Amino acid sequence: MSTQTLNAPTAAPSAAPPHPVREFWTYFSANRGAVAGLVVIVLVLLCALFAPLIAPHEPNLTNNAVFLKPPFWQEGGSLSYPLGTDAIGRDILSRLLFGARLSLVIGIAVVALAIVVGIVLGLIAGYFKGIADIAIMRLMDILMTMPSLLLAIVIVAILGPGLMNAMLAVAIVVLPHYVRITRAAVIAEASKDYVVAAQVSGAQTIRLMFSEILPNCAAPLIVQATLGVSTAILDAAALGFLGLGAQPPTPEWGTMLADAREFVLRAWWVVTFPGLAILITVLAFNLLGDGLRDALDPKLKR
Amino acid sequence: MLRFIFTRLSLVIPTFIGITLLAFFLVRLVPGDPIETMAGERGIDAARHAQLLTEYGLDRPLLVQYGKYIERVVQGDLGKSIVTRENVLTEFGQLFPATIELAICAILIALIVGLPAGIIAAVKRNSIFDHGVMGISLTGYSMPIFWWGLLLILLFSVQLGITPVSGRIAVQYFIEPVTGFLTVDSLLAGDIDAFWSALSHLVLPAIVLGTVPLAVIARMTRSAMLEVLGEDYIRTARAKGMAPIRVVAMHALRNALIPIVTVIGLQVGALFTGAILTETIFSWPGVGKWLIEAISRRDYPVLQGGTLMLGVVVMSVNLFVDLLYGLINPRIRHAR
Amino acid sequence: MPLLEIENLSVEFPTSQGTLRAVDRIDLTLEEGEVLGVVGESGSGKSVTMLALMGLVGYPGRVRADKLRFDGRDLLTMSARERRQLTGKDVAMIFQEPSTSLNPCFTIGFQLAETLRKHEGMDNKAAKRRSIELLEQVGIPAPESRLKAFPHQMSGGMNQRVMIAMAIACNPRLLIADEPTTALDVTIQAQILDLLMSLQRERNMALVLITHNMGVVAETAQRIMVMYAGQIMEERKVDALFANPQHPYSAALLAALPERSEHATRLATIPGMVPGLNDRPKGCLFSPRCAYATDHSRNIQPELRDWADGRVRCHYPLGDPQRDAARARDEAGQATEAAR
Repeated sequence: MSTQTLNAPTAAPSAAPPHPVREFWTYFSANRGAVAGLVVIVLVLLCALFAPLIAPHEPNLTNNAVFLKPPFWQEGGSLSYPLGTDAIGRDILSRLLFGARLSLVIGIAVVALAIVVGIVLGLIAGYFKGIADIAIMRLMDILMTMPSLLLAIVIVAILGPGLMNAMLAVAIVVLPHYVRITRAAVIAEASKDYVVAAQVSGAQTIRLMFSEILPNCAAPLIVQATLGVSTAILDAAALGFLGLGAQPPTPEWGTMLADAREFVLRAWWVVTFPGLAILITVLAFNLLGDGLRDALDPKLKR
Repeated sequence: MLRFIFTRLSLVIPTFIGITLLAFFLVRLVPGDPIETMAGERGIDAARHAQLLTEYGLDRPLLVQYGKYIERVVQGDLGKSIVTRENVLTEFGQLFPATIELAICAILIALIVGLPAGIIAAVKRNSIFDHGVMGISLTGYSMPIFWWGLLLILLFSVQLGITPVSGRIAVQYFIEPVTGFLTVDSLLAGDIDAFWSALSHLVLPAIVLGTVPLAVIARMTRSAMLEVLGEDYIRTARAKGMAPIRVVAMHALRNALIPIVTVIGLQVGALFTGAILTETIFSWPGVGKWLIEAISRRDYPVLQGGTLMLGVVVMSVNLFVDLLYGLINPRIRHAR
Repeated sequence: MPLLEIENLSVEFPTSQGTLRAVDRIDLTLEEGEVLGVVGESGSGKSVTMLALMGLVGYPGRVRADKLRFDGRDLLTMSARERRQLTGKDVAMIFQEPSTSLNPCFTIGFQLAETLRKHEGMDNKAAKRRSIELLEQVGIPAPESRLKAFPHQMSGGMNQRVMIAMAIACNPRLLIADEPTTALDVTIQAQILDLLMSLQRERNMALVLITHNMGVVAETAQRIMVMYAGQIMEERKVDALFANPQHPYSAALLAALPERSEHATRLATIPGMVPGLNDRPKGCLFSPRCAYATDHSRNIQPELRDWADGRVRCHYPLGDPQRDAARARDEAGQATEAAR
């Protein structure tokens, strides 16, 4: 019997699969939580950007006439201080708006620092292997063994309290995640054909790492960075709360809570609003991060 | 299994060295002279300074100093608190049961609520219950627990007056420490009133400390169960005609527990992080509050010793969880 | 009364891009002791059909049927509890991947005894005795010591024997084997197949053998059902189909058999792929890959009809003496329509 093939006279009219960006957006926008997170982040960002324009008062301006004034809907409140005032007569809403600036800067700066250092260390560990790999990864393991806040506290204890030192401490604490992700991605990618091909065609090692390998571990890094912003905001606020982060009178949310602690019995609003601001912002970044992970991780796609 | 244990044990050594290095350099890296640092704010005269320098071996090379430090640590000498003049290890030993009592209750709450919630969410995926559990747990995961604690105080202590605001037990009770856990000790002493007092002091801090682990456990349980429920052997179990409850509670959960135990283990580190904040809010007399006070008093020996001890505790728990992981995973248990 | 009656069975899965119909209006009857081969490419709905019969199509799949009867008992109206008493006992199933189909956390003995305890009400001791017997029957050496083994400690072939032992534990009247040999080494494949066939003969149980290997069907089955994209394309006696395939797809599958292209320099292939959700043709689902497709067959889906002692879903069955005329007529009809 001779070779017999059924000839297909016409190619199947296959609908082209959707464009990757489009597909990403389809998955992402189907996740209502993630979209909500994105919207909240944009709102917080706008508040931070236009804080001087929207805020009814100077964040550090004290007013002797209005100590612990309740929010406007409560007896004794007024619309000129919509969310009330703190113990020395500062407008809480204004402080929260300016605090949004600080929290976003903290979150982004910490993650940026951690991601840059993390990528470099991860690339070195994953690409050169050997002693460099062992040394870096053992160090990261030790960092991960220590309770994160304790580690941050120790670092701040060494460097002295303050916002910059707190940010540095948090960056060190979250560093291992980025090193691990980059290293794992490098090891997985480095053995693939296209990297070998690039190597054979004479690409330089450094160039290879940044131009060929790095783009391919971007997805998990983006997800981790988004989630990292929330960790950074939370940890920096915790340090502020413990008196080790931003120092008064800086309108940082954690620091505001620390100031408010003693008034918890008398003025619920000085305690409630800063914490709510932290919760909403952190939750928004976590929702966004989860949504990004689901949309970028093909394993979870149906 | 033996090889597995051996590998895990050998991994502990570099971690331990790392923790001691961290603690060792903690005092060295603080700006200023270590003797002055350790002497505190009262200052010290030059002759005494020189004498102490030799006494502590601070004029010797760094490596020798580190060797001396390790020698002392291994003998259980973590130095003396500048403030109380107490042995650091003794103080740690007195305060640690309070932290452990709190931590155990927190993790129990997290397990009792988180595990079933995660399992049911996975089985009823995309249901209202599932979305609810996931929404609440993400909120819990995002919670600034120092604020959460204040809110609960505001609600339960201030508004409702159900629970006390701070401390471990009402002042009128004195319980002879046996286990160091006041809830247990009061029962051992047969003092029911003291037990209720201890319990009412414990409940809010435990809820606050358990919040984040609860959220993590619920989320992890759900995703582990979802993964396992899609496995071939689950289909086999159903093809055998097994009841759904048996398929979920035995065939699926037994497998899902392997990653879940790992996550619970990782939560122990986070638990001590949370304990520092929780103890500060509720004035709970544990090691977390002790460490924070040490910072504000610049009590560096306490900070150094406490950091070392907490690091060692977390490391030991991680090791224990690792070994447990080997025990519940037949692939490792029966590997030669 | 037939052992198994299926009428108009469909299984659908909602996806983000629309509903995927994995099984499309399947009719099937099976007699006691009969061996049926179900063939088709991956994604043709063979497995899903049988999973639907077992009640194993999980969320978010939807199963619909006009009739689903086993031994005269209506599976559709039965309570879930009653149905579970049937599955695993009277209807049993084994799967493609033996190593992942056994629970890695429990011993072989436990997993075997579980079935026996559930359906036969045996105590641990009796279950153990019976388990050893079963392992012996499926040709596992030193069965007593194997009871304590975990699946990862055994080879794929051994695990598949365990799966078979588990399936036949309660003397099922219907055994569904879903590609039971695909994941195994070639030498083991023949052993497992022999084992299945000898068990089938001994116990006179009906056997549905899902495979994409026509050769396996030729050796084992009495009847064959060819599936494509969730639909039955052709169904008849094995000898008849192998001698004179009526559907172009069946013919193409046969042509792709290595034994049939002995003198050829290249193995025959079927160009194209099984249509997915996005590219489902309007007419005959096979038309994009069919050499004999006309505009008529591309636009109008043929119905499954009785044909030559079997059934076929084709406008122009290969054995139809008038097929050339019919094709010419359809082409011409289409042409005049286009001219108008």
